[in-house]
Amino acid sequence: MAMLEIRNLHVKIENREILKGLNLKVNAGEVHSIMGPNGSGKSTLAQVLARRESYLVTEGEVLLDGKDLLAMKPEDAACEGVFMAFQYPIEIAGISNAYFLRAALNAVRKYHGRKEMDAMDFLPFYKGKMKLLEVDESFMTRSVNEGFSGGEKKRNEILQMALLEPKLAILDETDSGLDIDALRIVANGVNAMRSPDRATIVITHYQRLLDYIVPDFVHVLVDGRIVKSGGKELALTLEEQGYVGVETEARALAVAV
Amino acid sequence: MTTANTIQDFTDQEYKWGFITEVDEDRIPKGLNEDVVRLISSKKEEPEFMLQWRLKAYRHWVSLERSQSEPKWAHIKYPPIDYQNIVYYSAPKQKPGRTSLDEVDPEILKAYEKLGISLGEQKRLSGVAVDAVFDSVSVATTFKEKLAEKGVIFCSFSEAVRKHPALIEKYLGSVVPYTDNFFATLNAAVFSDGSFVYVPKGVRCPMELSTYFRINAADTGQFERTLIIAEEGASVSYLEGCTAPVRDENQLHAAVVELVALDYAQIKYSTVQNWYPGDKQGKGGIYNFVTKRGKCLGKNSKISWTQVETGSAITWKYPSCILIGDNSIGEFYSVALTNNYQQADTGTKMIHIGKNTRSTVVAKGISAGFGQNTYRGQVKIMKGATGARNYTQCDSLLIGDKCGAHTFPYIEVRNGSAQMEHEASTSKVGEDQIFYLRQRGLSAEEAVSMIINGFCKQVFRELPMEFAVEAQKLLSVSLKGAWGKDGHAGNPQSTREYQSSGDSEGD
Repeated sequence: MAMLEIRNLHVKIENREILKGLNLKVNAGEVHSIMGPNGSGKSTLAQVLARRESYLVTEGEVLLDGKDLLAMKPEDAACEGVFMAFQYPIEIAGISNAYFLRAALNAVRKYHGRKEMDAMDFLPFYKGKMKLLEVDESFMTRSVNEGFSGGEKKRNEILQMALLEPKLAILDETDSGLDIDALRIVANGVNAMRSPDRATIVITHYQRLLDYIVPDFVHVLVDGRIVKSGGKELALTLEEQGYVGVETEARALAVAV
Repeated sequence: MTTANTIQDFTDQEYKWGFITEVDEDRIPKGLNEDVVRLISSKKEEPEFMLQWRLKAYRHWVSLERSQSEPKWAHIKYPPIDYQNIVYYSAPKQKPGRTSLDEVDPEILKAYEKLGISLGEQKRLSGVAVDAVFDSVSVATTFKEKLAEKGVIFCSFSEAVRKHPALIEKYLGSVVPYTDNFFATLNAAVFSDGSFVYVPKGVRCPMELSTYFRINAADTGQFERTLIIAEEGASVSYLEGCTAPVRDENQLHAAVVELVALDYAQIKYSTVQNWYPGDKQGKGGIYNFVTKRGKCLGKNSKISWTQVETGSAITWKYPSCILIGDNSIGEFYSVALTNNYQQADTGTKMIHIGKNTRSTVVAKGISAGFGQNTYRGQVKIMKGATGARNYTQCDSLLIGDKCGAHTFPYIEVRNGSAQMEHEASTSKVGEDQIFYLRQRGLSAEEAVSMIINGFCKQVFRELPMEFAVEAQKLLSVSLKGAWGKDGHAGNPQSTREYQSSGDSEGD
């Protein structure tokens, strides 16, 4: 059984259909990349998987280890192991990163009937993860994302991911706004998290990120459907030829159907 | 839609301090006249000067009422109060000359126990002395003897009038005169009890002092008066908490607090106000019309107000500082929350008279449901206040789109050397923030609570340790219903609408 199985997913936002019958299977241990032009529905897919409620699913189903993901509230999906690294991480004033991360970690632990972690246990735990993402100690005492640079925000997302150890990680354009050094650090963090038990979906516009996080599969999303899938070399083809080729292909396909 | 259901679940969590205690009460009939004032004074066995002061206040109040001088400038709405339909004195019956806790009605002890305030010897919150005021009178004061060893007087106001008349005569009305305003005048005429604190020269009060106010009886008004005096070099930290039963009628609470700080003295006054706020439709609840003021009389003295206002149907209060002594400091830290149909018009006045006086104002307003929250603050720098400084920050947080936040800062500067800073912000708890936290595993409720606590952090850290935690919990409880479990604000069952707005006015 695939860890994640998306069947014929149709999603609307404000009465406009964005996803128009998307199918995807992701197995544990795999890294899938979803590429596509602006407005093709990449971020919508990420938001729906993270259970954002403003997106209306009109048809189809999504199973996470056989469970109905679409019936879950965002916090339940999170506790079941779905993690989304936000394209635009949100600021929370007055709450330290350490406090927030421990609260999140404990919410997940509580959900699974595990003992909550106190501040003393948490300290060595996060210190190890901080080293991995090359972040400064002050990171933990600063308010969540407040006054963080774009790069720091993205590193903070991956730091959270490293702490929460999700089953399914979704990276929504994590490369946007990153310089080359930050990109390398973020990619290192993600690569260190690769494991046979974990699946990762990397959403990106550009092939650049995939030089660092090498995917097992690449899917091209155009106009709400996956029109082409292949190995990592597909990303290179796209980089050379752009999306125009596959778009034409997709249109031909749609007419044929 | 599940929105309506989940919000229903949420709001089913009611005000948990709303119980009524069955005690035998000594009540006087409803209504207010000179005889009532005399009766209250005689019940308290007061000296003549007190009666005369009350009568002067009463006569002044009658003239104010006749000329319809009840303040109308605040951004609050309520039907006219019938002052003849209020019981001005209601006290649990007890043996005369009560000396120990054993003689307090066990029902009352139970009531405080239920509120989490233990008056019993063994279970007392260590390091905190409590004065318990039940309706019109103080029923018990703990740790009196231990405090007396240091010369600290902590007792009910009535006891202070009997035992320390000279101090009362000297300081009563010296900060808030009986002519001050309509409600303070009414209080001066009919106040029945409250707390009194006197810290002698050079003494740091060895423990936190606190008063727990409880309104129990129906149709009564609570009019208490607190007076705190810190002599030269003395310091004290005082905290008050308040709750009341759930009733459909509105009840009036018109208190007066006076603080006096002499040279190098420090008074820290914290309030956690949780009077019954009324139900979801705005029925019932306390009208909390309070005058609080402190005088930094001595040089290098300091008065600091911290308030967390989550209860009451209407809150009208402006804890203020008159900075007379050179280098004196005034502070005001406030969190005011209005949910459902609650209204708050609150803020402070900082009057700079002495040289190099400094004041800090940090006000955080949270509006949810149909709540209306107003910050009203005045900073006045007098001619002689060379080198005065003020920093004001007022932030409003809106939850949902049917509530309102309003800011009215008044700044008056008569000395060119003054340095004034004013910062203000208005923000909304965004669905983005909630979603972000929920995506990390927190429930909608936990998410809102975290955002609010972050917003209030600057104020909470000013509270004494034990109470900061309480305040955080109280805030989450008070916000129940403001945000559904599904992360959507609003109340779909109602059709009344207010606009969110941030307006300001100044001169």
